[in-house]
Amino acid sequence: MTDATSTPGAMPHAAPKSSLLTLDSRVRRRNAAEARFRAYGIAAVSVGLIFLVFLLIAIFRNGIPAFTQTFISVPVELVEEKLDKTGNRDIEEIKKVSTFGYKPLLVDGLTTMLADAGIENPFEKPADVEKLVSASAVGQIRDYVISHPDAIGKTVEFRVLASSRVDGYFKGRVTRESLVRDKNLDAEHLDVSDALTESGQMKRSFNWAFIFGADASESRPEQAGIGVSMIGSFFMMLVVLFLSLPIGVAASIYLEEFAPKNKWTDLIEVNISNLAAVPSIVFGILGLAVFIQFVELPQSAPLVGGLVLTLMTLPTIIISTRASLKAVPPSIRDAALGVGASKMQSVFHHVLPLAMPGILTGTIIGLAQALGETAPLLLIGMVGFIASNAPDGIAAGFLSPNSAMPAQIYEWAKRADPAYYERAWGGIIILLAFLMTMNIIAIILRRRFERRW
Amino acid sequence: MSAFWILIIVLALAAVGYVLGRQRAMASAGGDSRHLHSLPAYYGYNVSLSVLVPALGLLVLWLIAQPIVIERSVKTMIPEETYTDAGALNLIMSDVRRVANGLDLAVERGALTSEQAGSIRTEFTNIRERLGSVGVALGSDVQREVLTAAQSYRAMNATGNLIRAVLVLALAAAGFGYAYMRTDRDFRARNVVERVLLSMLVFAASIAILTTVGIVLSLVFNTVEFFKLYPWTEFFFGLTWSPSFGGGSDLGILPLFWGTFYISLIALAVAVPIGLFAAVYLSEYASPAVRAFAKPLLEVLAGIPTIVYGLFALLTVGPALVAIFGRDGALGVQWMGGGTAVMTAGLVMGIMLIPFVSSLSDDIINAVPQAMRDGSLGLGATKSETIKQVVLPAALPGIVGAILLAASRAIGETMIVVLGAGAAARLSLNPFEAMTTVTAKIVSQLTGDADFASPEALVAFALGMTLFVITLGLNIFALWIVRKYREQYE
Repeated sequence: MTDATSTPGAMPHAAPKSSLLTLDSRVRRRNAAEARFRAYGIAAVSVGLIFLVFLLIAIFRNGIPAFTQTFISVPVELVEEKLDKTGNRDIEEIKKVSTFGYKPLLVDGLTTMLADAGIENPFEKPADVEKLVSASAVGQIRDYVISHPDAIGKTVEFRVLASSRVDGYFKGRVTRESLVRDKNLDAEHLDVSDALTESGQMKRSFNWAFIFGADASESRPEQAGIGVSMIGSFFMMLVVLFLSLPIGVAASIYLEEFAPKNKWTDLIEVNISNLAAVPSIVFGILGLAVFIQFVELPQSAPLVGGLVLTLMTLPTIIISTRASLKAVPPSIRDAALGVGASKMQSVFHHVLPLAMPGILTGTIIGLAQALGETAPLLLIGMVGFIASNAPDGIAAGFLSPNSAMPAQIYEWAKRADPAYYERAWGGIIILLAFLMTMNIIAIILRRRFERRW
Repeated sequence: MSAFWILIIVLALAAVGYVLGRQRAMASAGGDSRHLHSLPAYYGYNVSLSVLVPALGLLVLWLIAQPIVIERSVKTMIPEETYTDAGALNLIMSDVRRVANGLDLAVERGALTSEQAGSIRTEFTNIRERLGSVGVALGSDVQREVLTAAQSYRAMNATGNLIRAVLVLALAAAGFGYAYMRTDRDFRARNVVERVLLSMLVFAASIAILTTVGIVLSLVFNTVEFFKLYPWTEFFFGLTWSPSFGGGSDLGILPLFWGTFYISLIALAVAVPIGLFAAVYLSEYASPAVRAFAKPLLEVLAGIPTIVYGLFALLTVGPALVAIFGRDGALGVQWMGGGTAVMTAGLVMGIMLIPFVSSLSDDIINAVPQAMRDGSLGLGATKSETIKQVVLPAALPGIVGAILLAASRAIGETMIVVLGAGAAARLSLNPFEAMTTVTAKIVSQLTGDADFASPEALVAFALGMTLFVITLGLNIFALWIVRKYREQYE
């Protein structure tokens, strides 16, 4: 063998086909494929992130204007002959004057305001000036008069909402061109509005009524707020928390710590993992058929919504609770059992407290999911024009018809008025603020209390 | 006595029971807890639980059952000739309830004595006026049948509430007495308490099964009801969907199926490549810093409520697509008439599903043993070759499972299609046309003022049943694949 290899002439030393130092075409092709593959990955991640950025930009650009609103300061003379003919300030008699009776006062107030500010009044019919302000303004004046009867006869300065078209003009939603086909407002109104803004009578300022107010009728988007449906959501979350946390924790403790391996527990486990993936609308059908048709609980009540959402969040809570129970090392249980604790004592005194941060995190995330859920609420009737009165009292909070934040947003989106679209986006900002707070609390809880074993 | 006061009394009894039970046990052991079988607190718990569990169980059952029973028996009192269908009967029943509540309120305010409330007759008194004076507004004058029904409704409620209070309190007292008498130094209190606790845990775990049973029953009963009114062959094979609440509607599911399928297909065509590549990149290539930054941000997409995506589709994506593909659009084609279309809903749903596909696939890719990658790299394969030829084939079953789960999400998604896909049910291949889905039609059929006995409302339950069966099948199949795959490498 050595002979054969040592004879140089017998086998010419061929040049190496390839080298690590030079790239032949195949290596180059393979490296190019590698780079391409990597680029696809980067592209995919960036596309996902770009979508997220688009979504957030859309939300904030469209939603921020909903938090400000245009107001007009109008001095209105509360004429005694019109509001209280007898002059004895009897509250029952004052109440008899309907909002219709306040209309001329408001029109007069607006007209004198224009005259005082030196703005030319371009309106042919004097009543046209009223289109500048919201239809809610007369109600506002009437409420003031009823609560302050002694103000009758004086001139009071009211800060009333501008109508949604005027408001839209300042937010860029309404233009002079778009008004040509709109019978609610004319270009003259916009001229007057510009002049009023200059004189400082018309101002855009932060609108607390959007956050704390009630829903309004379709023709008064400037008045609508999300506050009452926020209360509805709050009562629903109370139901969800107080039902799903104990039930979920109890179920997980049983399945994780006590359940024997048999057909029944297998069935429960398969059930839970399937319920987690059942479409939410099916839970709505369940709520409609069982809670409303069969048990005859009141329709549109936050209690029913809470029950449906409880059933929906239970699987989420059970899955996360089981994970955190599983993360507690067996040595803890063994030590407790070793010093004479019963199985139940070892679980309730040692395992459960150690798993608590994980359980709370899972519960908060489950609640956040439930807070944003819309579809089942539509079926049990938590939509429509129902979030117009704040519930009085706790029992009414659970039982009287109300809406929820996401359902209110859906309702606004359906009203097909750009002014309501703006409010829907604004509502989303509030909803997302709640969700973000909840998730941040969950993350902090996890960071602070999570123990690595 | 109202349920609230019963609850307070039972709770107070339980608290007293705890203290007394504990005392009695200590006394029986001569004040030395070492002579007791269990810790002293367990004797207290035992008495408390014996008070609470049966009494509160009965109270809850009673609260659920009493309205149902009373409602049913009052319904039979209303003569059949006064109403035509179930909807009219429901209206009469709500009148009955309102009158009954009004009478209650009148008694409370002192406008009527309780005997008067039970005996007044429409012939002699104007009920509407009397109730109006205490602030109960009635739409129309009270009919004689309604008033008598309301009076017996009140009477039954009153006797029901009385029996409820007596029974619940008696049960609580009996539980108290029984447990208190049994308390003794040799009584195995801990074992008893733990057994009760365990059965409560079992009950909590069974709620998952009860929920499923509830879903199945509520779907099945109403679906059967629907198929009595409408032939099932036409439902499953009908090509037109045109419900009209006046009757004579065509309720074929196929156009809805097609819309659902088409939208889900577009959603998956967006979500699967992006999600899969993102998962591969994040698990195989990305540095820990990039991963820690990009993965949670992608998962934010999964935490955003679907109503937000719905609004995004309706108001942002739809108009944007019209600006490209619509009349006077950037491309000069006239494919798209309005903002709501299959494409709009599919695209937005795809965005929603990206984190779904990516995080599930990420888990699965991470579960492929490192040894397999090392082996492949050691043989000289590049990283991408390793991924394509070793990691992905090994992870394939799991990835298929993840995609199936995403598909089941897409099929069951409601808000995006309600807002973004339009309302017209049609069989068409053009992705820029408006179509509708099973879920969107469930919402539209059940949110009107429809009467629940009409086929137009009941069809929603049949649609729900179909949806439930399909998603359940997909889920079980997907979970089975994922589980089977996981076991392979564990």
